[in-house]
Amino acid sequence: MHIIESGNVAAATGVKLARAQVIAAYPITPQTPLTEKLSEFVESGQLAAQYIPVESEHSAMAVCIAASTAGTRAFTATSANGLLYMVEQLHWAVGARLPIVMCVANRGIGAPWTVWNDQQDSMSQRDVGWIQLYANDHQQIIDSVLKAFKLAQTVSIPVMVCYDGYLLSHTYMPFDRPEQTEVDAFLPPFAPTHFLDPENPGNFNTVTLPDVRPGVDGTLQPGYIEIRHNLHQDLRAALATYEEIDREYAERFGRGGTPFVEPYRCDDARFVAVAIGSLSYQLRDVIDQLREDGLAIGVMGVQMYRPFPDEAIARALAGKECVIVLEKALSYGNQGPLYGDIKSALYRLENRPVLHNYILGLGGREIRTQQLLDVLARSCANPGEIEDTPRWIGLKLQEEHHG
Amino acid sequence: MAEKTTIVNLTEEEFVHSGNRACTGCGLSIVYRMGLKALGKNTILVVPPSCLTVLQGLYPVASTKLPCVNVTFASTGAAATGVRGAMKALGKDDVNVVAWAGDGGTGDIGIQALSGACERGEDIIYICYDNEAYMNTGVQRSGTTPQGVLTTTTPIRGKLQAKKDVPAIIAAHGIPYVATASAAYPLDLYDKVKKATTIAGPKYIHVHTPCPPGWNFDTRYTIKVGKLAVETGLFDLYEIENGVFRLSAPSQRVAGGKRRPVKEYFATQGRFKSLDPELVEQIQQQVDAKWATLAAQAA
Repeated sequence: MHIIESGNVAAATGVKLARAQVIAAYPITPQTPLTEKLSEFVESGQLAAQYIPVESEHSAMAVCIAASTAGTRAFTATSANGLLYMVEQLHWAVGARLPIVMCVANRGIGAPWTVWNDQQDSMSQRDVGWIQLYANDHQQIIDSVLKAFKLAQTVSIPVMVCYDGYLLSHTYMPFDRPEQTEVDAFLPPFAPTHFLDPENPGNFNTVTLPDVRPGVDGTLQPGYIEIRHNLHQDLRAALATYEEIDREYAERFGRGGTPFVEPYRCDDARFVAVAIGSLSYQLRDVIDQLREDGLAIGVMGVQMYRPFPDEAIARALAGKECVIVLEKALSYGNQGPLYGDIKSALYRLENRPVLHNYILGLGGREIRTQQLLDVLARSCANPGEIEDTPRWIGLKLQEEHHG
Repeated sequence: MAEKTTIVNLTEEEFVHSGNRACTGCGLSIVYRMGLKALGKNTILVVPPSCLTVLQGLYPVASTKLPCVNVTFASTGAAATGVRGAMKALGKDDVNVVAWAGDGGTGDIGIQALSGACERGEDIIYICYDNEAYMNTGVQRSGTTPQGVLTTTTPIRGKLQAKKDVPAIIAAHGIPYVATASAAYPLDLYDKVKKATTIAGPKYIHVHTPCPPGWNFDTRYTIKVGKLAVETGLFDLYEIENGVFRLSAPSQRVAGGKRRPVKEYFATQGRFKSLDPELVEQIQQQVDAKWATLAAQAA
């Protein structure tokens, strides 16, 4: 049924429908209403979960790691500095191959303090090994949470569901809330083969040597590098798994079909703007305007950032004249992280599009439609050469340093 | 309390394999073996980096016959919380969830997560084996290293500050059971761990654990050194059960007047060799003052 709620409540509703069993909660803006809503679901008896109000984000992920190792479906949520406080634990969760799901309400990182939206927090965690999904609106938040739980337990890799702080977390939109029975049919209970069990004791995450080593029965067991190679292989294979899960979700709920990238008016486009999250939907209005002005341009939202859907992206962008990547994150001293990844994905093409990179919206700086119109029109009018130094949008008091 | 365990009625069941990677004379070996005997089979362990990580063995071999999850250094109390949460979610209420960490992992980097777990009233047993420095990384000072001790990061003058009183900090949370124990009194330790399994809520047991290489004494003297710490009144064995403080038998004897001078303890270990007589006298006076209070309480 359709309801009108905030993005945070959309996420919490997804977690409830997924029947999370252990929830670790620590408040941080703008994630907090999600955490509050879950406490309400649990205290009112709508969700039979253990709700654990921990004393830090590091502990939040510790609770999830332990609860997941013990065989339960675990969830937490955070933002910005909270995410970074748990970084050690993020690595631990994925190294231990635990199907934890975490929402990240994207927010800029201090110093200086900012509570407003950009995507530096989760983008800076791209190399941890977690799967990263990005939602563009409230419907995608709840749908992504449900798909994330299924994906995580199918491939034994934790999943981050990221959505823009305030722009999505605190705004209200109508979205369809799936029925519990339908979700139950889609998402079976978590039933791990290995878990903490006094009847079948195992020692998890022990010190592992650089080389392979025989077990007590003489069989050679992997060293650290084999275990990490497995993770990488399984992450690459997760692309196909997620495509399959998205297809099943679309069949059951009527939404989906674009698991990796979501193109808008791209088919006949000579130019394509690329963005992650709500910005990709904001850009649709800009694209419509530019189309009215006769410019053959589209926009593509990237919905899965890790594992990187390089083939889907190369397919979508092959033959375009110019690709303009707009980012609310930066690999400082280099380029936008998505820009670098897209450039890498396009390298194999014979006729590579020209690429431009724009940085905007850091720390919540307002992104004005006119600015987007101007920069896209400028890039399309003069694609020129590939630009490896990003241009900045909307700087005040100082000149953009470019080139 | 239940009848005292003796070497006659102590269970023969073992949960630690022999031939593990602990050092010769390791106090933790005694503590771990006795503790697991008391906990029994229906137990899940949570272990952060420490000498215990080494004792437990290298993948794919493990020396512990109980399920165990190794976790990050600062997270032990929270990870135990997560295991307990999972047990509640799964309806397995009879499992002992036991965190087992060193003194640095408990009183320094792990104190936040432990404090959080105590404040929330988590139904866990937390055992801190206190070998009074970061032994696993090569004997660096910790908050629980005593004053005057030579470590690899207090190499000349010895540690300038006093030992952090971690059990007192945990007791201040008002949890139902706090106890101290010693590797040199394994049956006392056994009974305290056993008692902890019968109490709901957070239980904390702080175990003095002599370390031959870290404390610089011969491997055959682990028990002797541990006993001297108690007999000199430097380390006290007690229980705080629902807020009621009670000295355990070995420390009751000390309260009864059979207390040896602290210099006897210091003389057994190379780590105290830079102690000057003035500081020894100062520590003796501190210990005398503490025991004047404790003896008055015990009387």
